[in-house]
Amino acid sequence: MNRTLLEDLIEMSTIIVLVKQVPDTNAKIAVQGGRVDLSTVKMEMSPYDGFAIETALRHKEATGGTVTALTVGGAGTEKILKDAKAMGVDNIVRVWDDSWSELDSNALQSVLKESIESLGGTAVYCGKSAADTGAGSTGPGLAERLGWANASNVIGAEFGDAVTVSMPVEAGVAKVSVPLPAVISCDKGDFKPRKANVKGIMMAKKAQVELITASAPASTVVVASHSMPAAKPAGKTFEGGSSASQVVQLLRDEANVL
Amino acid sequence: MTNKIVIAELTKGTVNASTAELVSAAQAMGGDVTVVVPCTDASMADAVSGYDGVAKVIAVKSDVFAGNDSSGWASALDSAMPAGTVLFLATARSKDVAARLAARRGLSVVQDVVSIEGNNLTSPIYSGKANQTVAVNGDAVVSVRANVFSGVGSGSSNDVSVVDASGDVKTAVQDVMERASARLDVSEANIIISGGRGMGSPANFSHLEAVADTIGAAVGASRAAVDTWEEIPHSMQVGQTGKTVNPNLYIAVGISGAIQHLAGMRSSKYIVAINKDADAPIFQHADYGIVATWEEALPVFQDALSSLLG
Repeated sequence: MNRTLLEDLIEMSTIIVLVKQVPDTNAKIAVQGGRVDLSTVKMEMSPYDGFAIETALRHKEATGGTVTALTVGGAGTEKILKDAKAMGVDNIVRVWDDSWSELDSNALQSVLKESIESLGGTAVYCGKSAADTGAGSTGPGLAERLGWANASNVIGAEFGDAVTVSMPVEAGVAKVSVPLPAVISCDKGDFKPRKANVKGIMMAKKAQVELITASAPASTVVVASHSMPAAKPAGKTFEGGSSASQVVQLLRDEANVL
Repeated sequence: MTNKIVIAELTKGTVNASTAELVSAAQAMGGDVTVVVPCTDASMADAVSGYDGVAKVIAVKSDVFAGNDSSGWASALDSAMPAGTVLFLATARSKDVAARLAARRGLSVVQDVVSIEGNNLTSPIYSGKANQTVAVNGDAVVSVRANVFSGVGSGSSNDVSVVDASGDVKTAVQDVMERASARLDVSEANIIISGGRGMGSPANFSHLEAVADTIGAAVGASRAAVDTWEEIPHSMQVGQTGKTVNPNLYIAVGISGAIQHLAGMRSSKYIVAINKDADAPIFQHADYGIVATWEEALPVFQDALSSLLG
């Protein structure tokens, strides 16, 4: 193998995008027997993951390399990997072990770290948070475990030896140079997720999901119960625009918020 | 009972008053409370030296705290802090640092906590459509929402020890585009006035801005408004795929109350709804509902506010 080709291979970006299956964000959520009942709820890819896939694909288009979509979950989660494939990722990987049930953040991030190392990832993209817990812990936590840089809530990116991201900070929007390898979490921003075309959907149907596993430490945080938020007592309703002055008075005297 | 370590929240270089709420939250979990103040100047710790119910204050001094690099923050804090359960305020930057610190210590992280009973922590899931209670076994890193716990009082005189620390900063800020308007972001406002598609056009948001200026509010928007009008940026969107907020007062104007939107604002302390449709779902969640067009109601609302606060 000549030297240039070898260097090309070494420098090839292995871009990994993390995706997660969550309940449809328009769905009503019900609790039965102290647990959320999702039996009648449609499941879908968490909305922010679409921005992560788009950003990962643009990274590949700018620098070369491959994009692999990865999820942690049982066989029922393969549809979102096919959706990612239809958008244009090269490979789809599911990480699972049938002995796993709920993984806390320590267990999940340990699994992700091992998986990304075994795939040789050089850049990882994910949504800024998943639409179920909304925690936003995976990006920064995974970066720490890998010893990588991270940037969160990114709304724009330019790709080179480093990724230059736009992200909101206290004073406004900062342009930040993030050296690779890095984990970058994506908010809705400059990049609109591309729609899958017919060819992509056909290829996704035939695509094989690669199944891998990893070791997960025991969880120390376990779900005890779910509940519905306390219902608000009925409020006061007024007719007509002139009642607005009465409401302002109540906001001061009754609610004490002005 | 392990130690509880409260990380003081910094806002524009000073200690945010919600840090006192974190001390209450730490007390609810039990154990001795240490307050750690990330700072560039040890005098910044003066703001917490009077807190009641605190065993110790540590001012951790490092240049990294002038920036936003979460690796720098987590490594500097880690080097200067004892073991224990760590509490942050649930802001964008602190949630990032919390996740990094937890990973660094091999712990799990529980974000956006709104209720604590011993080792049972409750956070909203699906943007507040349900709550999840987790049992924590051993130490963890926790972020707690602002405006939920009442803060501890002040009047004590705690000793402050100062530790110099350095951090492993991995990213470099090249440029900051300052926010064009001085108006608050919805994620940091105590009062929010939001408009929906019922506003008719993006230009009409100027009426919401006028009210916002009178009462020091941030201006938000529903997803329908953001999706319909390019002029309304996603940074204003309140809801499940936008920002989740819990201000003292949320004023929804021309917003029908889609489940997506309700998920992001239902935990607001007081909700006012202005909508011409008496059957709009938003009224079921409003403390004060006004059935009227915004054109009729907003000028009256604005005048009453001006004469009350003027």
